Formats: sequence, C-alpha cells, structure tokens
Amino acid sequence: MIESIKSFMGWFFVTGDPMIYGADASIALVSIGIVAVLTYFKKWKWLWDEWLTSVDHKKIGIMYILAALLMLFRGGIDALMMRAQLTLPNMHFLDAEHYNQVFTTHGTIMIIFVAMPFIFGLMNIAVPLQIGARDVAYPFLNALSFWLFFMGAMLFNLSFVIGGSPDAGWSSYAPYAGAEMNPGVGQNYYLLGVQISGIGSLATGINFLVTILKMRAPGMTLFKMPMFTWSILITSVIVVFAFPAFTVALALMTIDRLFGAHFFTIAAGGSPMLWANLFWFWGHPEVYIVLLPVFGIFSEVIATFAHKTLFGYAVMVWSMVAISLLSFITWLHHFFTMGNTAPVNAFFSISTMLIAIPTGVKIFNWLFTLNKGRIQFTTPMLWALAFIPNFTIGGVTGVMLAMAPADYQYHNSYFLVAHFHSTLIAGTVFGIFCGLHYWWPKMFGYMLDETKGKWSFWIFMISFNICFMPMYFLGLMGMTRRMYTYPAGLGWTPINVVMTIGAVGMGVGFALIAYNIVWSAIHGNKDKTGDPWGGRTLEWATASPAAEYNFAHIPEVSTRDAFAAMKEDKGVFTTKTAKPYEPIHMPNNTGIPVIMATFMFIAGFGCVFEWYWMAVPGLIGIVICMIARSFVYDDHHYISVNEIKRTEAGTGRLS
Amino acid sequence: MTHSLLSLNEKDRSKMPLEYSTEEGDLRIVGFWIFLAAELVLFGTLFGTYLVLQSHTAGGPTAKDLFEIGPVMAETIVLLVSSFTCGLSTIELRRHNKKGLIGWLIVTILLGLVFVGLEVNEFYTYAVHEGAPLSRSAFLSGFFVLLGTHGCHVSLGIVWIIGILLQLARRGITPVTARKAFMVGLYWHFLDVVWIFIFTAVYLTGLVI
Amino acid sequence: MKNLKALIKPFLLIGVISMLTGCSDKIAVLNPQGPVARSQYHLIIWSLIMMSLVLAIVLILFVYVLARFGRKKGDGYDPNDTGNRKLEIIWMIVPVVICVLLAVPTVKTLFTLNHPPKATAASSAIAGKTLTIDVTSVQWKWLFRYPDQKIETVNYVVIPAGTPVKFRLHAYDAMNAFWVPELGGQQYTMTDMPMKLWLQADKPGNYTGRSSNYSGRGFAHMTFTVMARKANDFDSWARNVKDNKPALTHEKYMELLKPDTVKAQAFSSYPEIVSKNLNEAQMKALMNGESIDTDSSMDGMNMDDDSWKGGHNND
Repeated sequence: MIESIKSFMGWFFVTGDPMIYGADASIALVSIGIVAVLTYFKKWKWLWDEWLTSVDHKKIGIMYILAALLMLFRGGIDALMMRAQLTLPNMHFLDAEHYNQVFTTHGTIMIIFVAMPFIFGLMNIAVPLQIGARDVAYPFLNALSFWLFFMGAMLFNLSFVIGGSPDAGWSSYAPYAGAEMNPGVGQNYYLLGVQISGIGSLATGINFLVTILKMRAPGMTLFKMPMFTWSILITSVIVVFAFPAFTVALALMTIDRLFGAHFFTIAAGGSPMLWANLFWFWGHPEVYIVLLPVFGIFSEVIATFAHKTLFGYAVMVWSMVAISLLSFITWLHHFFTMGNTAPVNAFFSISTMLIAIPTGVKIFNWLFTLNKGRIQFTTPMLWALAFIPNFTIGGVTGVMLAMAPADYQYHNSYFLVAHFHSTLIAGTVFGIFCGLHYWWPKMFGYMLDETKGKWSFWIFMISFNICFMPMYFLGLMGMTRRMYTYPAGLGWTPINVVMTIGAVGMGVGFALIAYNIVWSAIHGNKDKTGDPWGGRTLEWATASPAAEYNFAHIPEVSTRDAFAAMKEDKGVFTTKTAKPYEPIHMPNNTGIPVIMATFMFIAGFGCVFEWYWMAVPGLIGIVICMIARSFVYDDHHYISVNEIKRTEAGTGRLS
Repeated sequence: MTHSLLSLNEKDRSKMPLEYSTEEGDLRIVGFWIFLAAELVLFGTLFGTYLVLQSHTAGGPTAKDLFEIGPVMAETIVLLVSSFTCGLSTIELRRHNKKGLIGWLIVTILLGLVFVGLEVNEFYTYAVHEGAPLSRSAFLSGFFVLLGTHGCHVSLGIVWIIGILLQLARRGITPVTARKAFMVGLYWHFLDVVWIFIFTAVYLTGLVI
Repeated sequence: MKNLKALIKPFLLIGVISMLTGCSDKIAVLNPQGPVARSQYHLIIWSLIMMSLVLAIVLILFVYVLARFGRKKGDGYDPNDTGNRKLEIIWMIVPVVICVLLAVPTVKTLFTLNHPPKATAASSAIAGKTLTIDVTSVQWKWLFRYPDQKIETVNYVVIPAGTPVKFRLHAYDAMNAFWVPELGGQQYTMTDMPMKLWLQADKPGNYTGRSSNYSGRGFAHMTFTVMARKANDFDSWARNVKDNKPALTHEKYMELLKPDTVKAQAFSSYPEIVSKNLNEAQMKALMNGESIDTDSSMDGMNMDDDSWKGGHNND
C-alpha cells in the first residue's frame, strides 16, 4: 500500500531535480504566506467581494495586468535559465529534457499568458473610458474571460511541479507532439491550458467588438475614436476570426492524444502538415493580435507627449485594416521549407512583403506626429520612442525573412529568433510597459516614479539590444533555435556570452520596474486631477481611479481627441453643468465566473491525466453554472444620486 | 446592463420587436451574431480538416462503404422540420402568444431529440458493427469529430431550449425571455445551415465519389 | 543581377561585423561554397542593402525629429500639422517600389532553385552528371543512401564537388530539417511528404550540416558532415566503402532506427526494406505482418521521380 502510494507520488510530482524541489518549496511557501496574510488581516471577504466576484472592467483590467506581470516573471526566469545554459559550450546547467521544457514554457507563457492578458488588461482599463461608456457590453462575460485565462494559466504552470512540463515547443509540431513520440502529461497540459484561456480570449474579442461598435458616447463616430480604441476594434475582429481555428487545432490534437484519433499522427493517414497549417492559420494573425494594440498605445502616447493630434489619422486606421486582412493570407511563410511549390511560396512571399507597406506607413506617420511637436520625454514616451528604431529593425528583417529562397537559410536559426524578439519585445513588450506607465495613474490614482521609470527603461532597452542584435549573426553562423547546447570551436561562444549579459540586463530592468511599482505604491505622487499627463482622450476626463460608474455624466463628443478639445473649449468638460445627476444602472457582482472557471480547471486537470471521473463532473459543473446564470434575473442595481454626489465630491473634482 | 446611449432613441425602440426593445436585448443579439460568425470559422476549420483527410482511409472503410442514404435522409428531414417549427415559434413570439411559442419549442426539442437519437445510432453502427471507430483512420477521425461537434451543439441547444421553456412558463413573454427565445432560434437555424453543408460535403460527395 | 556585384563591394558593414566577431568564414550563410547558397547569398545581400536604406531613412528622420523638436524651448511647434496627403502618398509608394525590387529577384530565385545547378566539374563515373542521395532523418541521426552505388552512410555524406546532387529528403519519425548553410538553404524532412533539395559544392571541402527543426532530446547533436571530394576521389571512396565496409544487416538497421545518437559510419550494402523509405508507423505494421497502406498520404514510398514533391519539383 505504502509502496504504491510512493510510486504514485513519484510519478505524479516532478522529482529528481533540486531546482524543482526549490520551486515546489517556494510555491508552497508563497501559497501559505498568501493564505496566512489574508486570514490574519481578515481580508478573505474583501478579496471575494471586491475582486474575485467583480465585474468592473477596471478591476478586471488590474487583475489581468497583475497576473500577466507574474507570468512575465516566470517566462523571464525561463529565458534566463536558457541563457545561462547557452552561455558557454557544453554546459551542464540544464540537461536536454529540462532545456526543452523551459523553451516550450517560455514561448507559450510569453505569448499566451503574458502578451495577450497584458493587452487585455490595458484594453479593459482604457477602452470603456476612452469611448465614454460605463462598462463593457457584457460585464459577466468579461469576468468569465479573465477567470478562464487565469485558470488556463494556472493549469499550464502546474505542469512544472505535477506530472511534468510540455517539451514540444510552443508551436508543438506534430508528429513529435503526438502521443507516440511524446507520451506523458506534459503536452496535455499545453493543449488544455491554452485551450481554456483561448476560449476566454474569444469571448473577450466578441465583448470588445460589441462594446466599441455599440456603446460609444454620443457624437463619437467611428472616425472620431481614439486610435487605441481603433486598434482594439480591429484586433477584436482578428480574434473572432482566428481563435476558432486554434480552438479546433488544439481540440483535434487533444482527441489524437486522449482518444487515439489520427489527425496529426504518422499512422493511419494522419497529416502532421495539417497541424502546421492550422496552427499558423491562427498563429500569424495572433502576431497582430499582440501587435496592433500596442500600435494603438504608441499612437496615443506619441500624440500626447508630442502635444499634437496624430498625423494622418485616416491612413493610420486604414493601414491597420490592411494589416488585419493581410495577416490572414501569410500563414504559410512560417513553413516555406515544407515543400510548397514555387508559385505557392512566391504568393506567400509577396503577401508577406505587402504587410511592410502599411506598417512602414505607420512608422512614418508616427515620425511626422513628432515632427513640429513639442516633445516631452516622459517614461511612457521613452518606451514609445524606442519602439520606432528597434521595431523597424524587426520589421526590415521580417521583410528579409519573407523572401522564401533567403528564408531557406534563415529558417529556424537564431536569425529568426532574433527577428521575432525584435518585433515582440520592441513592439509588444515596449508597448505594454509604455501603456503600464501611461495608464498606471488612471488605474491606481498615483504615478509611477519617473526617475526609476527612466532608469528601468534605459537598462532594459540597451540590454535588449545587447542580447538580440548579436543573435542575428549567430543565426547566420548556423546556430539553430532550440539547441540545448553546442560544441566549442564554432566561433559561437563570444556571441553567446554577450547575449547572456544582455539577458541579465533585461532581468535587472524588469526587476527595477517591479521595484518602482512597490516603491511608488508607498511614495508615489497622487494624481488628484485625473489628467496627470495632459491627455487628449476621454479616459483623462474622469477621476483617477475612475468611479465605479466611470462618468457621472456621459460625455458628449464632437471631435477627435475629444478631451483635448474640451480643455481648449473650457466649460464643456467641467461637471458644473446644470444637468442634474440621474441614478446609474450597474451590473451586480457575481461569483459564477470564478466558480465556472474553477470547474473548467477541474475538467482540464482531469483530461490532462485522463481521469474521466474528475473531468466529467467538471464539465457537468460548467453546464450547471451556465444554467444557473441563465436563471439569474436580478443582476443589476442602481447607484443613487446621493451616492454619485458623494463620490464626485470625494474625488475633489466637483468644482 | 450598463450602456451609453445607443444610436436608437427610446421612441424608435418601442416600435421594435420585443426582443430588440431594450438596449440590453439589442447588445446581446448583436454579440450573438458575432458569436455565430466565430462558430462559422470553427465549423469551417473542421470542414477543411475533413476534406483534407477524406481520402486518408488507411486501407479502412471509405465513405462509400459506410454511408447509407436512408438514415441520412431521415436525419436531414427531421432537422429541417425542426428548423421550420423553430421558425414557427419565433412567429408566435412576435404575436406574443405564449402558448404557441412554448408548444412549437417543445416540438422543436422533440425533433432535436429524434435527430440526436438517429445520429447516435448511426455512430454506433459505424463504430461497433462496421468496425470503423474514430481511431481506425484519419478519414474516420475527421468524420466523427465534425459530425460529433455538430451533434454536441444540437444537444446543448436542447438543454438551452429546456431552460428557456422553464423561464417562459414562469415569467411569460418579457423583453428578456423574448430575447432568449429569439437567440436560441438563431442558434438552431445556424445548426441547420451547418447540417446542410455536412449533408452536401460529407454525405453526398461521400456517396458519389 | 550583374550590377548587383558592384553594389556588394562597397557594402562594408558585413566585413566590419565579421572582423568584430572573429573570422568571416565562420558566418556560414555569408560564406557560400556552392551555386545554391550563392544565389541565396546574393538575395540576402540585395535585401540587406535595401533594408539598410530603409533603416537609415527611418533613423535619420528619427534623430532629426528628436533633436529638432525635443528641446525645451519648443520653437517650431505647430499643433495644426495633422496630415499631408502628398507626403503620405510618397511613403506609400516608396515601400511599394522596394517590395517590387525585392519580390522580382525572390520569385526568380525560387524558380531557379527548381532546377539542378550547372555542373562545373567533369564527373567520371557518375552517369547523367547528377548524383542522387536518399536522406532519412531518424531521432537523432542522419542516414544517407546511395541508390546508384548501393552503399549507405550515417551522419556523414560524401559528394563529388562540382556535380549537382539531388538529396531526396524523408523522415522516419519526427519532423527535422536538412540544412548545410555553406551549400544552401534547408528543407524539412517529413514522414508524409518526401521532398527534394538540389545542392552542389564548388570545390572539395568539409561542410557542417545540422537539423534545424527541433525533434526532441538528442536534437542538438543531430549534425552531419558533407564531404565534397574531387570526382575521382569520390569514385574511389565509393569503391572503397563497397569493398571494405560491413554490410548493413536488417538487425543493424533496426538498431539504427531506435531514438538515440550514433557515431558516423558507412556500410557496403543495405537491406531491401530500406529503399522503401518506410516511416515508423509503416515499419511497425510491416514487422507485425500487416500490409502497409499505400494511400495518398504516402506517395513518397514510390521512388518514381514524379511522386517526389517538394519545393523543387519541376526539374
């Protein structure tokens, strides 16, 4: 009996490595610590009432961002572990199996559990405020989306200590990712964790599409919307059309692994190439799902701190539309080397190059927004400015990769790795840090410290270049991605040493950002005006942080950069208008989303281990939650005029 | 639900059908159409997968070996008729006729149950009697998952309609129940359209080719 | 493409960087040793020139704008400068022109690579002036079969310099990619679609090849050496292997198929089963005495030339 328990534990928990035990211990300690602190300060009820059951887009946004920062930490540790292993030839810091797991989780976490939720967080914070709405179209669904992402992320991360991590790469190419060559639960974790959070992403896409289309303040026509809102509108469309393909791809591979189907297997007529097609049919649009929103953020920040309205607004919008359409017809450039005929490769080469045109147009429009401006070098502005040259490097190497015959030489080498980090770090990561600093006062009512912010920017940005510029040459020297080690004497060593130094620098930069967050929470300057940056859009027209109902009066819009116009045209925006307050209709908090996502987690965990006694009750729980929700009719409340008066007076803005 | 002003003012809205008569109803129906668009991509991907793998029978039974026109026609007719009765329920909804609405919805779920029963029987015949389960070949994997996904959608639709029936019985036709009954109708018709594609792309081509 | 060479010469950036990183011949992709790699190299350099131009324009504008309008004084501030149709049309047309300038040689090269490179050395014993080698990737090793010479090598391959070599690529299990950067770009090896890759070495020498598509634990060690030899040396090498190396028995072959890394080796013959290019599933079926399916996904079993699809299928 004891023996069988022992053997089960040895199989269930990942064992045999001091690093894993360290992780186990730290996870246990952190969990115990959190529980202890919450209990000691009697914060459980507060946590449940104010956060876990909240349907307020601002709180959901904050939870997204906190979770994404946590995941960024995990993904960053993965990156540092890889760099440590590759610093010198023939290192034994990690063995092949560990290294393979680490690069798989690094890629998956950074794309699915950092880039997307961070962007979802920022759009939750900013979009309803920018369009003058009181919440999103479906607040309940919004909370559900968050909890699905969160539970998906937790399920995926659990693989580190229970059962073993996936090791087939974030792109999980068949047949290697199939049950034949990759037995065990690791790949199941990937499939189910990503699937669960993907369902949430699809719901978010629908939610924001309807929110932006139907809930804009009176007078805000589509072409008067802030550019960030435009970018989210277009991103939402991409999400709605790209994610279902991924849902299917993940489901089919899950069915292959769990029920012995033959979609992507070698045997019985399965087609491994089909996986590559389905994966990238989602995967390429996904790149733009995490890039277009940061284009929007940069547009806002550059216009704000150049003190000018955005140059070439209409062209900026149409170029994003063009990018979104092109993003669906370029997926094949991820496998030019998979034996397509020359005409097919020619088509996808050209369609990929075409994306450079609208992107280039955007770069020039940003430069000309700065031109004749009054540039103010705040921390968010530094991130936005650094984006332009760094992202251009990623963009031009992207064009080089688009040329199929040349791609035969770059493909899967460090040249490719350098390219996509140049776009995803200089684009997405710079963008989310930019948005984080920019909207932080709107989220919490105080500023992040500028000096520390600038230090963290310079350290991170310079280190990024130290880490990734040499990588292009490493690729041309023939080093391929996903090698856990390399022999000496190839001339790769000096470059690898430099890259590791850069990676450590990026870690320091991130640590400084984290420190700045903690420091500013205690010492940060309060934002009493609600408009600390001299903003141009409506989110700055309300208090920081905004009241539950966002706006006591729904603003009326007559022009682009609505708040900038209101400020010029004094009197329109002050709340001293004669209009009396009216009671405001708001959705109730509900525990169903977090409970439903927990059932999803249980069902997912059951499927990972093929424990159907666990998966089936989980699925039944989900259906019960859906039915329960359908029978809830009392799902809203009114905020009384007196309460509005009190709240508005409390912000000190009721002049 | 919270909302800013929508393009319609309240006066226009009062002339709209009941399900569109509130801003919330309007928002939800628009969102549901977008959800159906996403479902279309989902089924489109499954169709694409099936068509790629259709010929990959790995020496096992082919479409021609398995499919029989009789049961398939029965399934098709039952589902098409259920779509028609579902349409009748929406007409009764517009007439604010609670009894008619509930009656036609009950007929719809009964037909839906018959459809699911026929399909389960078909699957059982293939997998058990003909030795062609999903693990036999890529073609069968594609077939079972495409049709199974559709069948699951129909089953979920039945549960959903039952839930709405209970709410209609208790609360009568209100803007909220009207919106729900209208949306489930959209869903049901969508599944019917998907079935027509399945009938053509899977069964007809399978029987001919 | 001739004026291209004139453009390459002043392009010193690469030289400077290669000096910084040690020796230029270590940058394999920029050190082409055969016609295929060279045509890709030309394309790379051409795109590098165009892209440097783009980058330079962006950087110059960027620095100018920051230097001019980043000062505290704020002179030249014009909040009404919100668009300029003419300028916007210009920076829409310029990228279009650049794309055309890059797309034309891209498409040309794509179709050129379909055909075998021009042989530069007279081959003695190699009939038809091209050599065919069947490549099978197995976790985590490379098997090379010479169907004309009837010999087999593991983890190294000898080719006659100056002769076009047709590599027919196939995977036994996981997907890999066959890449010899100094001789030319890569192609995947797959179980369900065999592919063809033309390569040719200008002169005798050893060139490192490796798998560039991740395939599991031993992936990093999945390297091989391409040894280009004078045609006569190649012939005598092949004869030597035929005469002096052991035969690849069925048992030995099954041993090689197990997932592991192995040393370089050569065999004077191979069992008949090898030439069928079976994948793991087919091999298992065969061992169990089942008939192996021959349906559409497995065209590659057939060694008929027309069924070898791939990037370069219209030669």
